[in-house]
Amino acid sequence: MIRVFVDGVGIIGPGLPSWNESHEILAGRHPYAGGELPRLLANRLPSAERRRSTAVTRLAIDVAEQALPSGVSADDVATVFTSSGGEVEIIHRIFEELATAERLISPTQFHNSVHNAASGYWSIATGSRQASTSLSCFDDSFAMGLLETASQTSVERTKVLLVAYDFPPLQPILRVRPLLAPFAVSLLLTSEPSEHSIGKLTIGFDTTDTDDTSHMEDSGLEALRTGNPAARSLPLVAALARSEPVELIFACAANGQLRVKLTPCA
Amino acid sequence: MQPLILSAFTLTSSLGRGLTATLAALREQRSSLRYCDFPGAELDTYIGRVEGIENEPIGGRLSDFDCRNNRLARIGLEQDGFVQAVENARRRYGPERIAVILGTSTSGILETESAYRRRDPETGALPPDFRYRQTQNTFSVGDFTRRYLDLHGPASVVSTACSSSSKVFASAARLIRTGLCDAAVVGGVDSLCFTTLYGFTSLELVSSTPCRPADADRNGISIGEAAGFALLEKPDRGNGDIALLGYGESTDAYHMSSPHPDGLGAAEAMNKAMQRAGVEPGAIDYVNLHGTATKANDAAEDKAVSGLFGAAVPCSSIKGWTGHTLGAAGIVNVIVSCLSMRESFVPRSLNTERVDPEIASWIATQELRRPVRTVLSNAFGFGGNNASLVLGKRS
Repeated sequence: MIRVFVDGVGIIGPGLPSWNESHEILAGRHPYAGGELPRLLANRLPSAERRRSTAVTRLAIDVAEQALPSGVSADDVATVFTSSGGEVEIIHRIFEELATAERLISPTQFHNSVHNAASGYWSIATGSRQASTSLSCFDDSFAMGLLETASQTSVERTKVLLVAYDFPPLQPILRVRPLLAPFAVSLLLTSEPSEHSIGKLTIGFDTTDTDDTSHMEDSGLEALRTGNPAARSLPLVAALARSEPVELIFACAANGQLRVKLTPCA
Repeated sequence: MQPLILSAFTLTSSLGRGLTATLAALREQRSSLRYCDFPGAELDTYIGRVEGIENEPIGGRLSDFDCRNNRLARIGLEQDGFVQAVENARRRYGPERIAVILGTSTSGILETESAYRRRDPETGALPPDFRYRQTQNTFSVGDFTRRYLDLHGPASVVSTACSSSSKVFASAARLIRTGLCDAAVVGGVDSLCFTTLYGFTSLELVSSTPCRPADADRNGISIGEAAGFALLEKPDRGNGDIALLGYGESTDAYHMSSPHPDGLGAAEAMNKAMQRAGVEPGAIDYVNLHGTATKANDAAEDKAVSGLFGAAVPCSSIKGWTGHTLGAAGIVNVIVSCLSMRESFVPRSLNTERVDPEIASWIATQELRRPVRTVLSNAFGFGGNNASLVLGKRS
């Protein structure tokens, strides 16, 4: 079992502009009505990089920013970025270019297409040279990202920021990979409790046959949960908003199950 | 950190399939770069292509996963008794206790590139035979491999460009340390595709000659493809003469596609790897460079390497042999490092004719026959993502 503490949370989705502004909806005290995605500003990026960055990258940067409590410097925080599709828009443009006779890819397009573009931009934005990884695990991207983050936090005794994000691909790929809406979540994990800690997570992995318990009661949030790999996090984020102890099971490929027990910090 | 044994390992690249072919090419000083003959690509460059992939489709229960990248993965897995070694570990630990953590940069996107040329002219739809999840998605090679080996532990794919398949060792070491797994299959697979061939060309980073790492006249990379795997186990459970002693990860915080000019991120990764391994720079017998053969990369890496080692340790890049295998570059270096320790030699930096006078490290332009007990192996990628590993031979 891995034991870690949650010291910060971020969320961006349609009608869910930030952790602070979405808290009541996630806690079940206000109904979820959907809505627009907030403007993705990525103010932390230098202006040249901001202009070059994609919406996918700005989504990741903005949600990452939310989870850093004031007084915690990005210099002290390693990062785990996790996304099923990564830079879906740029990849689509490259595929379109490659289908033409000229095959003229732009250099910026190409370096923005790597799966770790968001991680690279975050490091440039914050000036942090801390370790950063980028995972892709299809629909298990959140669960495997949480496992990687918790494992790094507990083994290295350091702060690690998990950033899970996915954008629906453009057509024609959308038809074969139908995601509902953009969504991103971030969790800052620490190995020891601090003044910022809002919950303790105890995490295990096994293949015992138990039902996946990670569902949302609200039908709109449940549609979002199943409609974006990063939104598989919603049951955990909702429990954090409610400050309720909970045991969640995230079903993964090959009967694997990530078991996450949340104990809120008083 | 507690060392982890590489109880089995294998490599397939343009040098050949498996360790025997790889070693033979290295000992016979045989480069495998060829003028670009990748079907449909019209580029004035050299590539490291694995022969025969086109004729070996994946059939049977995993036929949905058929694509160049997974074909290469399967060819790689079938060398050097690797599948059998994993099967033995599976019996000892149970399939749920073995993780699969692989690196790739472009997965099976060659399939999508082809599908975009075959879109329905009316609707724009991709052809009905296109399988997104099993080919294009970055996780595809991890999903394929865990199914091929029937492993049920945590499975993930690291995609941090050219450091991907070094970073997998760090992730696996941590996961084993938490006790949630007993062993891990790690490695990386990347295969030729138009996105990287034309993408690196757009950045003017591709050479029109076979790449010449650290050479005064170096002018870019040659792109290659490879599949490499290792089985990692705790020392009290695994048998083998080679161990992972340490890992170090960092980011440059500088630029998306150019390294920090002073190699600050690279130096940090190497330092962290040696610290975790508990070794001083004086204990390193060979530095297996990332050495891509671009002007900027080799200069930056040299600043970091010479800053730590001066000219006291022989260094070489494998890129002149295999080309730059991108997401598989990390595992290529790891496996060549294992061969170097096992066979007591430092491979030469192939195609390096005149070492750049600006480069201060000791570049091995000829093969060195000498005992090699500890190796530092580098892999650095776009996004300023760096990973270094220390590997050692057990006495």
